[in-house]
Amino acid sequence: MSTPQPHPGAPARTREQVADLHFMDARYKLLDLAAFLDRLDRAAGGEDHRVRGLRAALPLLLEKDEGRVARILNLWSDPSVEPIAKADTKAASGVWPGLK
Amino acid sequence: MRYIEPHGHMVSRTTDDYQAMALAGCAAICEPAFWAGFDRKSADGFYDYFCQLTQIEPKRAAKYGLPHYSWLCINPKESEDMALAADVLALIPEFLKAPTVLGIGEIGLNKNTRNEMKVLEQHIALAVQYDQMILVHTPHLEDKRKGTRLIMDCLKANGVVKPERVIIDHVEEHTIHDVLDQGFWAGITLYPESKSTPVRAVDMIESVSAQRVWLNSACDWGHSDPLSVPKAAQEMRRRGHSAAAIDRLVYGNPVKFLSQSPRFQDPAAQA
Repeated sequence: MSTPQPHPGAPARTREQVADLHFMDARYKLLDLAAFLDRLDRAAGGEDHRVRGLRAALPLLLEKDEGRVARILNLWSDPSVEPIAKADTKAASGVWPGLK
Repeated sequence: MRYIEPHGHMVSRTTDDYQAMALAGCAAICEPAFWAGFDRKSADGFYDYFCQLTQIEPKRAAKYGLPHYSWLCINPKESEDMALAADVLALIPEFLKAPTVLGIGEIGLNKNTRNEMKVLEQHIALAVQYDQMILVHTPHLEDKRKGTRLIMDCLKANGVVKPERVIIDHVEEHTIHDVLDQGFWAGITLYPESKSTPVRAVDMIESVSAQRVWLNSACDWGHSDPLSVPKAAQEMRRRGHSAAAIDRLVYGNPVKFLSQSPRFQDPAAQA
């Protein structure tokens, strides 16, 4: 387990206190994710690029350093830097379609 | 508890929402111009919308004791049509005279296209010409990081815009540090699914110097929650933040930013 690095803007708290507050919330979200992956297995067709991105993010959850949310968001982000000529949709999908 | 809702699309909400927000401690609401969920076909549609924002919503909010302010623009989702954008931009100066208009917003990018960039530059020039504050919408999901960087580059390239008079909204964990490091204000938008949840927002607040951060619910016509700001305050309370720290974030910070417009009146000073 990593060494605690409390943020200056956060009241001091123990890991047990954090678990008391947020464990059940994280627990049901993890079970929902597992159920979603099971549901995909029962469906026909190829892998959607959004699901591919979700699977690619799962190992980042087990990394030791803080900053997992930002690393996942960066993984899913469009890495290009120039404006595009024209968009073929108004919507974003949640994962950059070019992610391998 | 008292709080400001600095970014709420109240034209999409019922009067029950106004009542619930007032009961939860809301002291004022600010409403940026937004995409209606469909593309308006002409500038006439925007004229009516700007009338709604500057005349109708303030009256509706007043029935619940809430001051209502607005920001004006053509949203980036409709900026691909350059001719329409030009017509709408030409309407804005007349509406800037309305006593409850705080600035230009929410401008920005959606899919990071060249036309969106051109219309963004035109909005920034309009804000500079009329000495207006700016409220920025950053793109959704996978387009956010790139769009946030393009927007900040565009604001800096103007050369006149003061970062402390610009709030860059919808920041998340991968953009908040860049926005604050460059001197802008950062808005964290609280949604049940997209953008940030109240719990993640408090994590972000704990990881940065929150002197230039506000929280908002956006509360538009999509899946959203007009009470998400007080819910984030409740999350801070659960984690042991002081009442003073919560008040500073959900009331003091928006008042500090918005008071850069002489139109905005601190509700506490009016009491």
